[in-house]
Amino acid sequence: MPNRMSMVVFSGTVDKLYPAAIMASGAVAMGMDVEIFLTFYGLDAFRKGMPQTNQKMDVNYAELAPMLAQLMKEKNVPSWYDMLLKAKEMGHVRVHACAMTLDLMGLKKEHLDPIIDDVVGVGEFVSNAKEGEITLFL
Amino acid sequence: MAVSTEERIILDARGSFCPGPLMELIRGIKQATVGETIEVWSSDQGSRKDIPFWIQKAGHELVEIVEVPGYARFVVKKLR
Repeated sequence: MPNRMSMVVFSGTVDKLYPAAIMASGAVAMGMDVEIFLTFYGLDAFRKGMPQTNQKMDVNYAELAPMLAQLMKEKNVPSWYDMLLKAKEMGHVRVHACAMTLDLMGLKKEHLDPIIDDVVGVGEFVSNAKEGEITLFL
Repeated sequence: MAVSTEERIILDARGSFCPGPLMELIRGIKQATVGETIEVWSSDQGSRKDIPFWIQKAGHELVEIVEVPGYARFVVKKLR
């Protein structure tokens, strides 16, 4: 069985993009391959320019968001995007865009952030994930 | 930040959060040569378990953990 972690990233809020980047880092640190499938709001968060500007947070925690943002700034926590870039530098991390979401939004790969490796269908992602031991949905 | 002394490489990852110090160590080990000693400094609580676990898994030697007020120094020897 391949030493692999697969992730479906459906959410596009910063509070969910952080765990995606941190889990990817942890998996790479432990020598695992990481496959990330971006769909819906998760893919929206990877449109060109979005990783650097998106500040959306889960509305259920709206009252906590400013405090958390302030703490992270004070403590120099790197952005989720920088964490993901670093994970990608260190190991095998592949970032896939959901073909269906792209079609729906009328977007092409060139409209997306360059961290994205390719555009894949859900069938390909699922059949790859099937070979691995861990699959997460965020 | 990496400081190279005569016999060891020091990676000061204090103030960096999980998994930052571990990532620093992995990068440092990759760049070091076999037999070299690397020291990573961490104030992150996750490191206390993550770093020894990784060292064992990756097949290196955890020489010692030096507890200093506010942080710990993980001394690692690259074995392969």
